[in-house]
Amino acid sequence: MLDELLLRELTPAVIGVLVRRGVDFATAEDAVQEALMQAALTWPDRQPADPKGWLLTVAWRKFLDARRSEVSRRERELRVEVEPQPGPAETADDTLRLFFLCAHPSLTPASAVALTLRAVGGLTTRQIAQAYLVPEATMAQRISRAKRTVGGARFSEPGDLATVLRVLYLVFNEGYTGNVDLAAEAIRLTRQLTSMTHDEETSGLLALMLLHHARRPARTRSDGSLVPLTEQNRSRWDTSLIAEGVAVLQAALGRDRLGEFHAQAAIAALHADAPRAEETDWVQIVGWYDELLRLTESPVVQLNRSIAIGEADGPVAGLAALATVDPGLPRHTAASAYLHEKAGDLRAAARLYADAARSAPNLAERHHLTRQAARISQVLRG
Amino acid sequence: MTKYLFLKHYRGAPEAVNAVPMDQWTPKEVDDHMQYMSDFATRLVGTGEFVDSQALSSEGTFVRYDGEGRPPVTDGPFAETKDLIAGWMVIDVDTYERAIALAGELSAAPGAGGKPIHEWLEVRPFLSAPAPTVTE
Repeated sequence: MLDELLLRELTPAVIGVLVRRGVDFATAEDAVQEALMQAALTWPDRQPADPKGWLLTVAWRKFLDARRSEVSRRERELRVEVEPQPGPAETADDTLRLFFLCAHPSLTPASAVALTLRAVGGLTTRQIAQAYLVPEATMAQRISRAKRTVGGARFSEPGDLATVLRVLYLVFNEGYTGNVDLAAEAIRLTRQLTSMTHDEETSGLLALMLLHHARRPARTRSDGSLVPLTEQNRSRWDTSLIAEGVAVLQAALGRDRLGEFHAQAAIAALHADAPRAEETDWVQIVGWYDELLRLTESPVVQLNRSIAIGEADGPVAGLAALATVDPGLPRHTAASAYLHEKAGDLRAAARLYADAARSAPNLAERHHLTRQAARISQVLRG
Repeated sequence: MTKYLFLKHYRGAPEAVNAVPMDQWTPKEVDDHMQYMSDFATRLVGTGEFVDSQALSSEGTFVRYDGEGRPPVTDGPFAETKDLIAGWMVIDVDTYERAIALAGELSAAPGAGGKPIHEWLEVRPFLSAPAPTVTE
């Protein structure tokens, strides 16, 4: 039985060693992908005793083969070393640098995501293409362009952790399509990053992911439609993920710096803490939204805060808060519909839900909003 | 990334600037047009933005269910007034501006006299299937 996860965990470290030995990043990445493919073919029969050593040796050989054919193509007679140079052993720093390189600020978010999933996550181009619903050739080009873009960057240059976190957050939010669980993959990589950096904001992101992932079994019906938080069957939440998320969050909150992901994770933890929707501590949640607003001044946070105020202080207060938020913001109409229904103005709520459905950004939300509009219209018809 | 659908019409879009019908072009002009479309798609594979491209026959039929145990009802050929899709291309790009720029380039495909058709293309964003995880 091939241990695919083990292979993928070894990927960034092996690329890191090759780069440290002087191989350029794009070539190293290609060599390791080829070694991974060879492992997929041969390991099911006989897994090597030292998987990392095996991968490194095979990847090094693949690199030499590639260089040899390059050399013979140029018809030069250069001697190529056959044995690996006794280079320095790899360190956790190599893997960390690879995270930074793949989320390099010169890359667009989509390119950074694709490169991270391949070079750090060890996924094949085909798997990434399937997850993002594009042809394999398109994804292959997206990845090789990304590699060219970062080709000039020095491997040793200090990276920006914030861009890495944004990339992992994007991967997590993509959720589950095709046969690759991107949410689980994002959690795996964030866990790895947390263990390497001991950075507060990284553990804030990990806590946020764990707490949201815990709710996944309850979030969709069997037909794929969305179940809002208040209607979710809470017995289907994954309590061990919640416990882990809360523990990670508490450890992070114990330190001084408070970041955006902490505040979001704290809100997710307060939801997770309520055995029934009616027992949610909305007053504390509003407090965390205030904190979040202080950190980001994001209009999306303002929007979510007005919903929380609607729960804590009643729908009239919620609508008053919503009135100060840009009405052009996505989901503004949906929020308004929700608060109008709570305030008892069913006619306005039905109309707003129907409007919100027309501008919904995805199918699941459109379906949900249409059902809300239909439900209220049915009540109005008596 | 967002996926966009570019729709080409046989009928139903506003009239193009260079609206000479394809059957009145020279064979060379037809070949050049096809080459332009194929080069465009190849280039988008190269930029990591291509998803799909298909052409449709101008023939077609309306079909609907007609009740339990009965064969579906068909209605065709299409009336002369029906909006008629000629084909599509699906792209996956970072921004709306990029989608518009690419549609503009596609609309510049050469037609009669080797000049751009300036054809009107319909640009439609996909309703992406998965909802972001962190919004409930």
